Amino acid sequence: MSQIPKDCKYTEEHEWVKMEGDIATMGITDYAQGELGDVVFLELPEEGDILKLGEAFGSIEAVKTVADLYSPVSGEVVGVNSELEDTPENVNQDPFGEGWLIKIKISDSAELDGLMDASAYEQHIA
Amino acid sequence: MSYVPHTATQIEEMLQEIGVKNYEDLIKAIPLELRLENGIDIPNGLSELEVINHLSKVGSENRKAIDSVSFLGGGSYDHFIPSAVNALLSRSEWYTAYTPYQPEVSQGTLQAIYEYQSVVCDITGMDVANASVYDGATALTEAMLLALRHGKRKTKILVSAGIHPHYMQVIDTYASTSGVDVKVIESKNGITDIHELDANIDDSVAAFIFSQPNFFGLLEDADSLVKISHGAGALAAVSVYPVSLGMLSSPGEYMADIVTAEGQCLGNPVGFGGPYLGIFAAKQKLIRQIPGRISGETVDRDGKRGYVLTLQTREQHIRRGKATSNICTNEGLNALAAVIYMALIGKRGFQELAELCYHKAHYLYEQICNLDGYSAEYPGEFFNEFTIHTPVPAKEVVDKAAEKGFFPGIRLDRFYPNMDHSLLIAVTEKRSRQEMDDLVEVLAQI
Repeated sequence: MSQIPKDCKYTEEHEWVKMEGDIATMGITDYAQGELGDVVFLELPEEGDILKLGEAFGSIEAVKTVADLYSPVSGEVVGVNSELEDTPENVNQDPFGEGWLIKIKISDSAELDGLMDASAYEQHIA
Repeated sequence: MSYVPHTATQIEEMLQEIGVKNYEDLIKAIPLELRLENGIDIPNGLSELEVINHLSKVGSENRKAIDSVSFLGGGSYDHFIPSAVNALLSRSEWYTAYTPYQPEVSQGTLQAIYEYQSVVCDITGMDVANASVYDGATALTEAMLLALRHGKRKTKILVSAGIHPHYMQVIDTYASTSGVDVKVIESKNGITDIHELDANIDDSVAAFIFSQPNFFGLLEDADSLVKISHGAGALAAVSVYPVSLGMLSSPGEYMADIVTAEGQCLGNPVGFGGPYLGIFAAKQKLIRQIPGRISGETVDRDGKRGYVLTLQTREQHIRRGKATSNICTNEGLNALAAVIYMALIGKRGFQELAELCYHKAHYLYEQICNLDGYSAEYPGEFFNEFTIHTPVPAKEVVDKAAEKGFFPGIRLDRFYPNMDHSLLIAVTEKRSRQEMDDLVEVLAQI
């Protein structure tokens, strides 16, 4: 059974978003990391990059596949988890904690309404 | 499978079926001026013996490099190939143009590719090499594409005017459909004008591309070119002549990021149309953006050494449209010839090879420059190839020397119409002092 924390919002692309003020921290869900298998590399944006809702901003590479990362909200990248360069396995071991990917200063809080809550996401992956 | 054309009856039936009166009626949409009036003129059939005789006669009209004394270079060089290269290469186990689709059952092929990659890394000073691409031109173009992937938002590529004109054409072909802005950095005295590069480079430039030695045989100031590129946040990509690396600084030493080369000179014969060998290597930081296939060494569950195709997530069977290139083919046999050749001549042999080419070329250069009417086109240093200004049009020199059994060099007006008195001359270890002195004699009489 995958972890699905109640304090996060979710996208159909299996990403989670957690808000603190106007800063959104995002990562991939426990379900997603389980489907991908061992993560070996992440291609992440740089601080200052402007992301648009739904656009691919990077990629996540596992042993046998690679998947695009889609921006769950629009805004400016204000933080990147650079520790993943050396420890990409954090995405597998702690997807909602140490395995976070980037922090985004959101530009349109209305976009959050389009995301799923925990119970909706639970149904989505059921 | 035999080819059986349609009979008149069948054609009639088909026309009737689709309701068209006759054949002319069927193709009436094609303008008259585009149609052949009397069909194709094909002679009557010949017997096998007659065909062989005919082709031999036509073939005998070719002037082959092997029957002449060749000073041709320009990216393709007449080096000696030990017989052992072809003896090993001809083993049927190797016969595939492809890296294997079910790679791990082909351990021998993977190991050969791995050894080839290791040799490429050794001589270029790079961290990683791929299993090869088509030829020197596509390899250099792939370097441009890699730089654009790495530079993400960067849209510009600067290219030295000193790269091979054919490579420039291939770069232009790719650039014309990919929206990249390619700007040529002009040369001064045959080498890249450093001030031009400095004045044109900025943070929108993904890479500066140059050649070492350049097309005119001259040595570029690679240290400065790379330094300026890096200063502006651009990658430095260089196309090299592998044999020269037995003597010159490796691209790793002058901090280049991507190295490509035409690998024909390593154990592969000169041939019009190839197949040739595209060498591609880069720094570790670019590994995930590299095109093509990469063989990697690993251990199996019993701890025994084995080989795999690694980093396949870059490739089209996984990455689809976002693959780092759609090249899944490599020049397998040519790469194998290169690694067999390198293993045969060894490290010391590779250095001696470069030294022979260098010294012989400099001997011939001196002799030609001493002739009345002949002079060096450019003042710069060179490795084994140099450009001579000829007293009469270079075409005349080439034609007259050919009558005496020499290919004296490449006429540069074939690439640069205003350089009709310029001859590009290459000297390999195969050229004896006698052959060089004979060429000088021939030139003196023109």
